[in-house]
Parts: sequence; C-alpha cells; structure tokens
Amino acid sequence: MAKIIPTLVKQGHQLSKTETQRQILEDLPLRLFTEAVASTSHRPLRATGIEVLQINVGKRCNQTCQHCHVDAGPDRKEVMTREVLDACLNFLAQTDIPTLDITGGAPEMHPHFREIVERGSDLNRHVIDRCNLTITRLPNYSYLPEFLARHGVEIIASLPSYAPKQTDAQRGEGVFEDSILALQHLNQLGYGKEGTGLLLNLVTNPVGAFLPGNQKSLEVEWKRQLKGRYNIEFNNLYAITNMPISRYLDFLIRSDNLEAYMEKLVNAFNPATVDGLMCRTMLSVGWDGKLYDCDFNQMLKLGLGPKSPKTILEAKLEELMNRIIQIGQHCFGCTAGLGSS
Amino acid sequence: MDTYYNPKDLAHFPDVGEEAPELWNKWLDWYNAVFAEGALSEREKALIALAVAHTVQCPYCIDAYSTACLEKGSDLEQMTEAIHVAAAIRGGSSLVHGVQMRNHVHKLSM
Repeated sequence: MAKIIPTLVKQGHQLSKTETQRQILEDLPLRLFTEAVASTSHRPLRATGIEVLQINVGKRCNQTCQHCHVDAGPDRKEVMTREVLDACLNFLAQTDIPTLDITGGAPEMHPHFREIVERGSDLNRHVIDRCNLTITRLPNYSYLPEFLARHGVEIIASLPSYAPKQTDAQRGEGVFEDSILALQHLNQLGYGKEGTGLLLNLVTNPVGAFLPGNQKSLEVEWKRQLKGRYNIEFNNLYAITNMPISRYLDFLIRSDNLEAYMEKLVNAFNPATVDGLMCRTMLSVGWDGKLYDCDFNQMLKLGLGPKSPKTILEAKLEELMNRIIQIGQHCFGCTAGLGSS
Repeated sequence: MDTYYNPKDLAHFPDVGEEAPELWNKWLDWYNAVFAEGALSEREKALIALAVAHTVQCPYCIDAYSTACLEKGSDLEQMTEAIHVAAAIRGGSSLVHGVQMRNHVHKLSM
C-alpha cells in the first residue's frame, strides 16, 4: 500500500483555495500567457470542435502523489452524482464525440465506474481510463484489468520513472512495485502487445522542478529499460510537463523553485504548440457537472467563458464547438518546448 | 548572495557573442549539432557532458547538465556513475603518469 499524505484541503492549506493559486502565478513578473497567445494567429484562442469528452468523476484516490494537480486522495469526498453522470452520457449519446476520457482521482473508485465504461462502450465510443495502476492491486478492484480488456478500454497509466526510487518519491512508497505487478498483469491480458488492439500508454512527468525531455527519445529508452528489467511492453510514452498548480505548486514554493520553473516554462513557449492544444478539441466536465476547457482549468475553477453553457445539464454542442478558451499563466505548462497536452 | 559564479549569470552567456557574433554563431551551431540525437542519444550525450563538466569543474555546466540529464530521463544513480567515470579517468591519468616517473627514475638510476 502506498504511503498516504493529507491532501491540501485536509491540511487547510492556503493553496487549497484556487484563487490563491492563480494569484501567486499572476503575481510573478513574467510575460503574460494572454500576450504570448496573442503573438500567434490565435486572437482569441478558440475551440475547433470536441473530439474528447473528459469526465472527472471525483477526487477520491488511493494515492496522494506529490505533484497531483487535482489534490486527490482518500480524504476527498467529491464524487459525480447520478444526475450529472446521466447528463454526461446522454450528451455523449446525442453527439458524435468519438472519445470518452474518464479521469479522477482514481476514476475506478466511482461507485458506477463499470456502468460508465459499459455505456460508453455501448455507444461505440473509444473509452479511456486514466489509471494509476495500483488501484488494480486492491482487493475490491482486482476485477479491473479483465473488465477493461473485455471492453477494449484504452489505459493511460502514470509511471514517472522506470526506476523505483523516483516513482516512489513522487507517488508514494511502494507504488513502483505495485505498478510493475499491475503492468505485468495487463501485458498477460494482451495490453501493450502489438496486434491485440488493447492500448496501454504510459505517462511520465518529471520528478522535480525540471521539464520533460524529448518524448520519442525517452520512449525508446523506456521500452528498452522496462523490457529488460521487468519484461514489460507498452504502446506509447507521453512525456508530460508538470502543471504549476495545486500540490506541484506547493512543492515549487517549498523548494524555492517557483520563479525559476515559471521562467523556464515562459522562455520555452513554443508558438507551434498552440494549434494542437488539447483544450481546443476537448470538453472537461467536473464531478459537479460544471464545464471547463481542460482538467487543469477545472482544478483552478476557471469555468467556460461568459457566452458558453456552464454545466453539462444545459450543454448544447453547437454552443461549445467554437467557444473562446479560458486561459491563465498555468497554460504555459502546455506550450513549453514540444508541447504537453 | 554575492559569489564569483552567480547561477543567474548563465542567462547572460549569449552576451559573450556581442563582440564577435560570427564566431559565436559558428560555435553555437556546432554546439547544437553536437548535442542533437545521433548515433548517441541526447540522454547519453548529456551524461557525457555531465562527466566532462565535473572534469573541467565548470559550475554553470554542472548546473546545466544536471538539469539536462534529468530532463532527458537519467536518474541520480546513473548521473553518479557518470561522474565516477570522470573521477576514475582523472585519478587514473595522474596514476598512469607514474610510467613517465618510473622511466625517468630508471634512466637516472644505476
């Protein structure tokens, strides 16, 4: 079992207030993201459609990772209600949005997780489970690997490093060992193996105040290392930049790295990444049904713009397709280097 | 803190090019080509650079390539082994000159 730390909310930490987080980022004497985007052809930044409906079904998690932008953990109570859940799936049914992306917290801890997957799958949509891997090792959730395989669910799993020390430093003591066992089991079911159609993609993000390296180059090394050390295979590696919000923001402040990290993100702004930003093709739904441009905006409570619907209960596709994206200083996290979203 | 090597000075490195921009640009092009992915990966090149940085004891290079190694996917264990390689060669290069010392001593001795 992973070692658990109290969430920022549980601690009553000042960073549990999203306005405080946004203010800290805005107060840094750096170029504004609004100005950086305006320097490209995107004035304003707009959505181009919806390819992915991402639903955040709650903030409960069996882990308390040091960098978690959700501030998820076992002590969080927020969970998507039946009404909101039905509204999400009805919205999906009424549209041709091809992908249902289920996230949390540990989304599998939602009491109706199985139903969500089944209904998404029945609608012939591509279903993604953002899985922390260790959840599949807990007795109540041991059904998950076979269940996910049966429904052809793509697994996007977090694993910051192929070495135990770094993984446990970020995700909690003992997480690495359980993650490896989970990956080996998924491989046995065909996940990550060529020709099975069962996609197993890994996400790595830096264990510290630095940016991720070249994704392609890292993927080659990761495949070599995981195969050699643990006989594990996977499809793709996504190297993701840590977003300077929530628990990672707390780490940056505590370690006196905030200013240098933000400077690095701002200096690495790459105009070529703006076209492909995930917020332009996604709709993110919070546990309470509120709508956002992405999961990061959701965690900062930066809702959709004034002319857009505010909740999934009133959502109409045509009012969302070309909406203006809400942006802030944290958005530099998605535009640094080769981009990260 | 006022120190001879101020970490913030690294950001002023390009200022060195002001008086000789052509030479600076030639060096920069070559430098970027050297560190691009090739027969050696970017990760391997960063580890070599880290080892060399410790040999030439350049504080800027040590900071820069410690970060680069992490970004390119190396961990502290691998980085520590890399600087041991540098240290072993440095120590060994002193020791191997013992051959010259012995040659000289044998020449002078009866």
